[in-house]
Parts: sequence; C-alpha cells; structure tokens
Amino acid sequence: MTFNIFLQHLANGISLGSLYALIAIGYTMVYGILRLINFAHGDLIMVAAYIAIYGIMMFKLPWWLSFTLAVIVTTIVGVIIERAAYKPLRSSPRISVLISAIGVSFFLENLAIVLFTGRPKPFPQPELFTTMLEVNNVYIMSLTFIIPVVTIVMLILLNYLVNKTTAGMAMRAVAKDFETSSLMGIEINKIVSYTFALGSGLAAIGGIMWGLKFPQIQPLIGVFPGLKCFIAAVVGGIGSITGATIGGFLLGIMEIMLVAFLPSLTGYRDAFAFVLLIVILIFRPTGIIGEKITEKV
Amino acid sequence: MSKGNNNSKINKIKLFMTIAAIILAFITLYIANNNLDSYKIRILNLAAVYAVCGLGLNIINGFTGLFSLGHAGFMMIGAYTAALVTMPPDVKTMNFYIEPIIAPLAHLQLPIPVALLLAGSIAALFSLIIAVPVLRLKGDYLAIASLGFAEMLRVLFTMAGSITNGALGLKGIPGIESIYFYWGTAIVAIVIIKQLINSSYGHAFKAIRDDEIAAQAMGINLFYHKTLSFATGAFFAGVGGAMMGFLVTTIDPNIGIFLQTFNILMIIVLGGLGSLTGTVISAVLVTSALELLRFVDAPIDFGFFAYPGIPGMRMVIFSLSLLLVIIFYQRGLMGMREFNWDWVIKKYNQFTNRSGKGGKGHGAVKNG
Repeated sequence: MTFNIFLQHLANGISLGSLYALIAIGYTMVYGILRLINFAHGDLIMVAAYIAIYGIMMFKLPWWLSFTLAVIVTTIVGVIIERAAYKPLRSSPRISVLISAIGVSFFLENLAIVLFTGRPKPFPQPELFTTMLEVNNVYIMSLTFIIPVVTIVMLILLNYLVNKTTAGMAMRAVAKDFETSSLMGIEINKIVSYTFALGSGLAAIGGIMWGLKFPQIQPLIGVFPGLKCFIAAVVGGIGSITGATIGGFLLGIMEIMLVAFLPSLTGYRDAFAFVLLIVILIFRPTGIIGEKITEKV
Repeated sequence: MSKGNNNSKINKIKLFMTIAAIILAFITLYIANNNLDSYKIRILNLAAVYAVCGLGLNIINGFTGLFSLGHAGFMMIGAYTAALVTMPPDVKTMNFYIEPIIAPLAHLQLPIPVALLLAGSIAALFSLIIAVPVLRLKGDYLAIASLGFAEMLRVLFTMAGSITNGALGLKGIPGIESIYFYWGTAIVAIVIIKQLINSSYGHAFKAIRDDEIAAQAMGINLFYHKTLSFATGAFFAGVGGAMMGFLVTTIDPNIGIFLQTFNILMIIVLGGLGSLTGTVISAVLVTSALELLRFVDAPIDFGFFAYPGIPGMRMVIFSLSLLLVIIFYQRGLMGMREFNWDWVIKKYNQFTNRSGKGGKGHGAVKNG
C-alpha cells in the first residue's frame, strides 16, 4: 500500500467518521438530558433523505432549498416525536420510554414503507458534491471534503449554542440535575424540545450527507447508521458532545482502515462496531471520556 | 384441624386442579385441531412459538429486571441447531452446494425432542459465555451490549458458510404441523417456568429486580442469579427458535434481526412484564391481531368509497396501536398479576359463603 492510497483511505475514514459524529451528537444530547436511548433518531436520517429526494424530484426545487426544507421538516418531526411519545412517559420507568422509542422507530419505518414503497430510490447528486478532485494522482470526490467541513462548522455552532447562550446553559443544567433545575425555574419541557430540535436538525444534515455518500435510499436505511452512531456515542462517553465527536471519528476511521488493511474481513464490517462497543464497555464502561458514576444507595 | 393439614389439603386440591386444567387445555386443543382449518392452526402454532420465546424473555426482563435485547440471537442459535441436527443428510448436501458442510454435522440426525433440548442447551451455553461481559453492565448499557452480541452473531452466521450455509439459509427442515407439538411444548415450558418462578431462585430474581443493592445486602449472589436467569431465558429462546424452524421449514440469518426481539418484547410488555399468564394471552392476541389486520392491505369497497388497499398498512396500524398501548396503558394486560388457584379458591369461597368473613379479593392475586 503506497502512502497515497493510505491518504485516500484516511480521507474516506475522516469523512465517514464526521458523518457518524454528526449523528452521534443527537443521541448523546438526548441521553444527557432524558437518559433515553432515542431509537427513533436513526430513522430521522431516513426521513430527511426522503424529504430531500421529493423536494428535488417532485417539486423541482433547487437542491439547496430542498436540503434546507428537509432539515427544517425533520427538526419539526423530531420535536413532535418527543411531545407525542416521550413526554407523556416522563415519570414512568425508563424501560417504558425505551420501548416507546423503539415503537416510534418501528412506526416511522412502516409508515415510510407505505408512503415511499420499499423499493430503493436514487438520491439526486448535485454537481457540487460529485466533482472529482485530483491530489497527487489520487482522485477524491469533493463530497469527501465537504462532509468534514460541514461537520466542523456544525460543531462550532453547537459549541456556541451550548456554552454561550442562556438556553444552552439551561440545557447543561437540566442534564446535570433534572429536578433541581426545574425547581430553579427552568422550563424543562421547553429545554427538552430545544434539545430534540438541535439533535434532529443534526441528524437531518447527517441524513442528507448520508444520502449523497450512499445514494440508495430505502425505508430501513436509518437502522444501521442509527445503531452505529449510538455505539459511537457510547464509545466516546454518552452524555458528552466531545465524547460523541471523538467516538464518531474513531469508529469511522477504524472501520475504513479495517477494510483497507484486512480485505478478508470486509464481510465482518458491520460487526466491527459491536466488537468495539463490547471491548469499550468491558474496559471503560462509561466510554473514553465519560466520568465514573458512583451509585448512591 | 391443624394448619399444616389444611395447607396440604389445599395443595392437593391445587395439584388436582392444575392437572385438570392441563387436561382441559388438551381437550381444547383437540377441539381446535378438529374444527379449524390448517391456516388458523398455523397461526395458533405461531402463537405457541411466540409464547415460549416471550416466556424466556420475561424471565430475563420481567422477573429479573435485566433489560436484554439479544433474544433474537438466542432464537437464531436454537433454530439453526435444531435444523442442522434434524435435516436428513441428503437434504443437507442439497443445501450446502457452495461450501460443503463440516464433517460431523453432515450425517447427524437426531429425534425432534432431543433436537429441541439441544437447541435450548446450546443457546443457554452461548448465553453463559456472553454473560460474563454483558451482566457486568446495567440498564441501557446491558441492553445495547446484548443487542450488540445478537447482531454480531447474525454477521457470524452469515459468514460461517460451512456450518450455517451463510446468507442462503437452510431449506427443507422437517416440518411439523401438529398443534399438540407446539402447544404441548408451550405447556411444558409454562409448567417449568412457573416452578422456577415460585422457587427460591424466582424469589431471588424478583428481589434483584426490585432492588439490586438491597438484594445483595440480603446475601443474594447477584452474578449467580443473574446468570441463571439469563441462561434460562436463553434456553427457552433456543427452544422457541427451534420450534420456529419446524414451523416455517426455511431459516436464514434474518431470523435473528432486531425486529424479532422487538416483536417478542412487544408481546411481553403488552401482557405485562412479570406475568406469565399475560405473556401467553398476549402472544395469542398479538399473533391473531397481526393476521386479522391483513384485511387493510387488500382493497375494500365500502359502496360510497372504494379503498384501494395499501400493502404494508397493516404494520403501520399495528405499530401505531402498540405505541398507543405503551403510552396510555403501560402496565400491560396483566401487570404483574398471575392467574392462580389461590385467586380461584378465594372467589369460590366468597361465592359459597357470601355472609361469611369475605376477603377483599378483587382481581387476581398479586404475585410480584
């Protein structure tokens, strides 16, 4: 393997990793606040991809408008899901909420099968994303560079929202202590909705880029990215945005490198994420940068 | 009359009633077998398969409070084990045309009951192996790790061509249509699990579910009991998977997809986590409801409005109604209650001497 090819794999890995990171952040934010694995998060990827397809193909919108609409609609869908399926269960045991989340995911997938049929649809490929760039005799699609750039811009924006705004401060307070922050006058429901909006918006952006990278969209497309990104969030340390980012990049790069260096293991690619998860859970149950939790009796 | 004598008398009555109930169940099966068409019997058989798998998951989730999502993986192990040891050698050669099957399995052919036990045992054995890493975790982490093992297993089964025939799956598993086989196995499973739950082990499981730290302080060996519960659950998942194989006669690694675990989870949540009676009732209800809903996929003519029939609508309605049940009716059909003879005897006593002392007796006796 020459150095050039290695660089190409690295670029691919970083590109896939930043996609994972973007989606993993949504998981980690929701988990940080509600202690809930939002199983429906992966399906938002699918929702965003379909809206983008229909905007371009059926309504003949320019791609940037269609993509923006997809992000907005998916954000609204995310907030509606929280209001309808999670909010009524706020005081129930956590298993009920988790099952409700699985139920929402199941519902979205089946609804998509009815609305869009199970046949895969091609994702439109605007020229901006498919231009081939030549670096040192290595051809790389412009998308490979665009994805990490978008991710970094989103991370900077998110960092500002979470750390510098009042709503972000309230979010951190709720994540730290749900009850106390409600006693301090924070409107919990508003903050939870805000969190879901941010997470769903990021998932939508991730979904659109997923569609550009793997342009075959079908109703179950969100399942595997969803699971893998959740794993990325756990590996990094769930509840922490930095952790999700690290986990996402790590998983993406390792997955690409595994296939690049050990081609005989290609068939096991999807199992790799789970192996990584289990290894991390055994040796560092709270993830790479997670804090140790002591249980009070 | 001494208290002990009275108790043993009641126990005798209960034993007699249990035997009577089992005989009654078989009479019901006999009537069903003679009066229903093969399609309806097949649905009932599927309900029995789901009941066995659901009982297994209920031991783990409902009674011990370990939120495991790896059930489909255990079912897959059971289904493959049973299929591989019961398929005739020539069918195996026909199946394995890409990669030949490994030597010891090629000529092995065992009777069905042995295959069922073997399927359960191998699933339980696998659960013992993964218990060490998985049961160290708690709550959501346990859920995700067990889901991870099940998914990994599915990938392994797809890749291990010389044992599992890879993605092609196995065709021509000896099919069994008898309702007695499926419900007979289910009844045996119910009796065994009922005994386990009422034993000291069962009480330890419930103690762990209600408060792990308190249970440990009372001297319950957490790891031992959790492992036991996990392995028992996996055993019945394996048996259920094997039954599934005999029912559908064709299996591939997709039998182990997450959706399968989700179906079983739905059944036990609807029936009530921690209720065996609920699981069985809900297995029958859910399986029948899924079949009854088939009409929404087909065109219907209302006279004033012709509904074109939307394929897949059935699953949308089904998932939406499950969601509504979870949100508005969290405890499920039975909660943690069970149907048991104490309740029947109490009702009977109330009925016979109304003027007497009269217990509180509303609803079934709480058993959790």
